[in-house]
Amino acid sequence: MMKRSWCIALLGLLAAGPARAVLTIEITQGVEAGTPVAVVPFGWEGEAPPPADIAAIVRSDLARSGRLAPMDPKDFLSRPHQQSEIRFKDWRLIKAEALAVGRLRALGGDRYRVQFQLFDVFKGSQLAGYRYTVRADQLRRVAHQISDIIYEKLTGEPGAFDTRIAYVTVQRRSPGQSRYLLRVADSDGYGPVTVLDSHEPILSPAWSPDGKRLAYVSFEHRRPMVYVQTLATGERRRVADYLGINSAPAWSPNGRQLALVLSRDGNPEIYVLDLRSRSLRRLTRHLAIDTEPVWSPDGRYIVFTSDRAGGPQLYRVPARGGTPERLTFDGRYNARASFSPDGKRLAFIRGEGNRFQVALLHLASGAVQVLTGGFLDESPSFAPNGRMILYATEQGGRGVLAAVSADGRVQQRLTYTEGDVREPAWSPFNRRL
Amino acid sequence: MYKQLLAGIGVLVLLAGCGGGKGVKGDAGVGERGVVTGTAGEDDLSGQAFGGGPVDRATQRRVHFAFDSAAIDEANRAIVAAHAAYLVDHPGIPVTLEGHADERGTREYNLALGERRAKAVAKLMQALGVAADRITTVSYGEERPLALGHNESAWRLNRRVEILYADQ
Repeated sequence: MMKRSWCIALLGLLAAGPARAVLTIEITQGVEAGTPVAVVPFGWEGEAPPPADIAAIVRSDLARSGRLAPMDPKDFLSRPHQQSEIRFKDWRLIKAEALAVGRLRALGGDRYRVQFQLFDVFKGSQLAGYRYTVRADQLRRVAHQISDIIYEKLTGEPGAFDTRIAYVTVQRRSPGQSRYLLRVADSDGYGPVTVLDSHEPILSPAWSPDGKRLAYVSFEHRRPMVYVQTLATGERRRVADYLGINSAPAWSPNGRQLALVLSRDGNPEIYVLDLRSRSLRRLTRHLAIDTEPVWSPDGRYIVFTSDRAGGPQLYRVPARGGTPERLTFDGRYNARASFSPDGKRLAFIRGEGNRFQVALLHLASGAVQVLTGGFLDESPSFAPNGRMILYATEQGGRGVLAAVSADGRVQQRLTYTEGDVREPAWSPFNRRL
Repeated sequence: MYKQLLAGIGVLVLLAGCGGGKGVKGDAGVGERGVVTGTAGEDDLSGQAFGGGPVDRATQRRVHFAFDSAAIDEANRAIVAAHAAYLVDHPGIPVTLEGHADERGTREYNLALGERRAKAVAKLMQALGVAADRITTVSYGEERPLALGHNESAWRLNRRVEILYADQ
């Protein structure tokens, strides 16, 4: 029998959440010399304020990247909205290297046109120009896509601003009574939507490669079971409810299989479930704990955590089956791997004494690099452009999320206003509007 | 329109399933559920189960462990033995062993560790004569801590198996 509380939340999913941030992001460490970018407030023809301040959203995105330095509009000598209005010397004078201008226009009937251009200030030449026709509720996404374009043109790498994050929040009402929410928000913390509302724990949200579904572990039946839920409709399916543990879902890159941890045969082992045929294939056979599977981006391998050598270490096994090969040798606790999108690195949790921190393993060389300075870091999740790693940590007695750049130089903290937050998962790239 | 139809069906399915959900039982004390002893829970069987018997309430329902270990030391063995003796003397009663871990390390590994601890207690009980089919094991990993601190005194309390006597 389903509980009423989560039913109500799922019905609420059909309506969009309020456009405010319950997750606030602060940069706790940035790069000194970011490229100075001038993002001019967009032109707007209308008496009422515009439905979105696109330039402000873009500036906020670029500031979070830690690599670009959006300039303060108070320093601008002019405010062009299109190429014909630009005097490049105004921008060279204030040492901007790139200039973004644009316009927002209401077309009537909830349709808006956004026009945007990016210029190289030194050369005076256009780097990009785009036009969008969208609804008001899509304007934040347009702003994030503009941020992605600017980031890509200036750094040579794809941006990850037009993405989402899934996370779990916990509010402790009274001793022994907690409320757990599985939420999805834009990666800048805006527009959170509740996917599941429960009095029992929720763990391990995992995005399908097409970004349309989340797999997760729910204790709503008083023991861990794996569900797959379609975000747009709220439809959910229980895919694993065997005896014992059902947990740690991980999607194959083609979206057709889930690697899972099941202890139905006596102890936690890695299995692969075909979502269509429902057939189950066992991948590990060992008395040890085998858990936290993750697929390599090319689908050929599964990396997992096992304590078959005495304590948790990372292992890699061919996805089709075979003998696992150990990957980590330094330290007594290495667990919970997350693959970089290029397949060359693993973010994971490294335990040393009483400290648990996010580290990077470079697969080709075996070199390990510790990225964070926390004590209780967990659940690292790579951004789809491989540049940032989102993870959970503890700050002042509360669970918070944090992000660190893959080179360790940029750090951010994401604080949830309403309780503890944990178990973050960064979505794949959103599909273009 | 197809999408609306799907959403509509989705709503109907949810509504159908939503009718008559079970409420959550009141919890009796940190980390414990209504059916476990402590302050008054709805189904407080503990009084009946142990009325005046050799096994104490509350403190003796938990078995504790060292970090990343499922080994049961002398003192904790004695607790398990007392419960096993009780179970052998009262054949009809099932028992649930709920395994937990402290917050350090990763959540999924801790889920597995909690299960390993519960199964270690189950194995000991079986060795002491309790039939396997009376024992249910479940793990909550680090998800239901007894103590919320971020230090060893909290962690020590959370590395545990709870011995529970009523059906959920």
